Amino acid sequence: MITVESLSKSYGGFTAVDDVSFVARPGRVTGFLGPNGAGKSTTMRVMVGLTGADSGEVRVLGRRFADLPDPGREVGVLLDASAQHAGRTGREILTIAALTMGLPRTRVDEMLERVSLTPDEASRRVRNYSLGMRQRLGIGTALLGDPEVLILDEPANGLDPAGIRWMRDLLRDFADQGGTVLLSSHLLHEIEVIADDLVVIGNGRIVAQGTKDELLAGAGTLVRAADGTALAAALGAAGIAARPTSAGAVLAEADLTRVGQAAFAAGIAVTELRAADGAGLEEMFLALTAESQRDTVTTTTTQGAAA
Amino acid sequence: MNTTTLTEHAVEAVVPAETPRRRPAPSRTPFRRVQYVELRKMFDTRSGFWLMASIVITSVIATVVTVLAGDRDTLTFDSFAAAVGSPMSIILPIIGVLAVTSEWSQRTSLTTFTLVPGRSRVLTAKLANTLLIGFLGMVIALGVGALGNLVCSMITGVDAQWDISAATFAQIVLANELGMLLGFALGLLFRSSPAAIVGYFVVNLVLPGLSGALASAQQWWADNAGWFDLNQSRFLLFDSTLTGQEWAQLGVTTALWIVLPLLVGTRLVLRSEVK
Repeated sequence: MITVESLSKSYGGFTAVDDVSFVARPGRVTGFLGPNGAGKSTTMRVMVGLTGADSGEVRVLGRRFADLPDPGREVGVLLDASAQHAGRTGREILTIAALTMGLPRTRVDEMLERVSLTPDEASRRVRNYSLGMRQRLGIGTALLGDPEVLILDEPANGLDPAGIRWMRDLLRDFADQGGTVLLSSHLLHEIEVIADDLVVIGNGRIVAQGTKDELLAGAGTLVRAADGTALAAALGAAGIAARPTSAGAVLAEADLTRVGQAAFAAGIAVTELRAADGAGLEEMFLALTAESQRDTVTTTTTQGAAA
Repeated sequence: MNTTTLTEHAVEAVVPAETPRRRPAPSRTPFRRVQYVELRKMFDTRSGFWLMASIVITSVIATVVTVLAGDRDTLTFDSFAAAVGSPMSIILPIIGVLAVTSEWSQRTSLTTFTLVPGRSRVLTAKLANTLLIGFLGMVIALGVGALGNLVCSMITGVDAQWDISAATFAQIVLANELGMLLGFALGLLFRSSPAAIVGYFVVNLVLPGLSGALASAQQWWADNAGWFDLNQSRFLLFDSTLTGQEWAQLGVTTALWIVLPLLVGTRLVLRSEVK
């Protein structure tokens, strides 16, 4: 279990993490979502004590990370798979970690097998590893001490589709056995498939959090027309909160029937009309983090999400 | 749309569930484990291994060259000690620098400090290992020099001259350990291998020249440089018996050039953000 309370961190005048509070629970996979530079990695570094917080507190398994007596055996951490000595072999990197945690050498072989690195690959130096192999090694290092909690920053980066599937199953099993998983990503599909709970961060602030089902249920109806802005205006005139998102799509907070009737009454030909479930996370993500996006995604946001 | 969920979670965040862990906490990582791992990390890469091996290799080369090229009839243990000492005075401080900076240049500090969040424990282990390697390195280097001295006496048929006392030996080791500590301190200060190594050579090769120039121009500096110039008092350790004042000067310059950077560098590492 991870408890983050009113965490803030700024660099000079720039607030990277602004009063962030959330809980990652045992038995669940918590997805930590946000655009690049939103504060995900900073928050995670603060969690494991690599960066000091200006205020607020993080507790992992009830303690500050720095107070964990042998952190590797309680919390598996993968912040950057490339942050390894390029001249060490994969096996040596796991061996060093195992020695630090006082684990038997046999654990290294078990783990190499678990993350599907062959003995030949394990004896290669990490400078010759692909990003996907580094991720596997990093996940291996995180799992080595049989921890209760996993903190993973973008672990799916560089994995091929089979690798992503493998990692998803691995994290699911870990959570099903009562473990806590906090996983950051900007890959929405990945998060949508695996996460039970979501924490969405934008510009250092939490813009939404809750179970995936709750958050996506709030997504309402997705309706599309040639001119999304006009459609949104028409729906607004009919008393339905609506905001255009992308490519003529409009996210409306009303059921299918009301939205369809309103569009019909306004004489707008609808090209798509459905419950905003599958695409919901992306729409929600773009809308919630609109202010902090680098690229404006043809969104004339009316901040329907801020409420 | 998320007003309700936000407040719910905010409340829960303030009052966390009563049982945050399922298992009892493990015992604290013992220091000897940290120290062993740090020692292993100094040898387990090609560059690290060859840096360590170069202690032996350069000692052998220096000794062989001394036997072959020196005036064999006049060679004593002191000549061999001087011959193996000069590569050591370069290699050992570099070992001191890299013991610290490799964590940053290779970004392994992310893993190191998440597995052992007590950064001062890691630094203490590194410092202890550095001093240990310095001592063993000097014993090995002087041992190779002693072999050279024996071989030389066998060639010439003259009895080998053992003209280094235990006290002088200890002084030579001390001088080299101080060099390593300076390297270690610069490593902590810069956390960058090139910057710290360049810094070491500036302190050791450039500053003596500047100090000499200043001394020839200014009488006060010529009289008192010993209190400020680390090299002046440290170099005395290699071949003379120090007077009380010279020991005092060594203490003062060590405090200024080694202890102070060590403290400032340690503070920087303990507080800095690890990325």
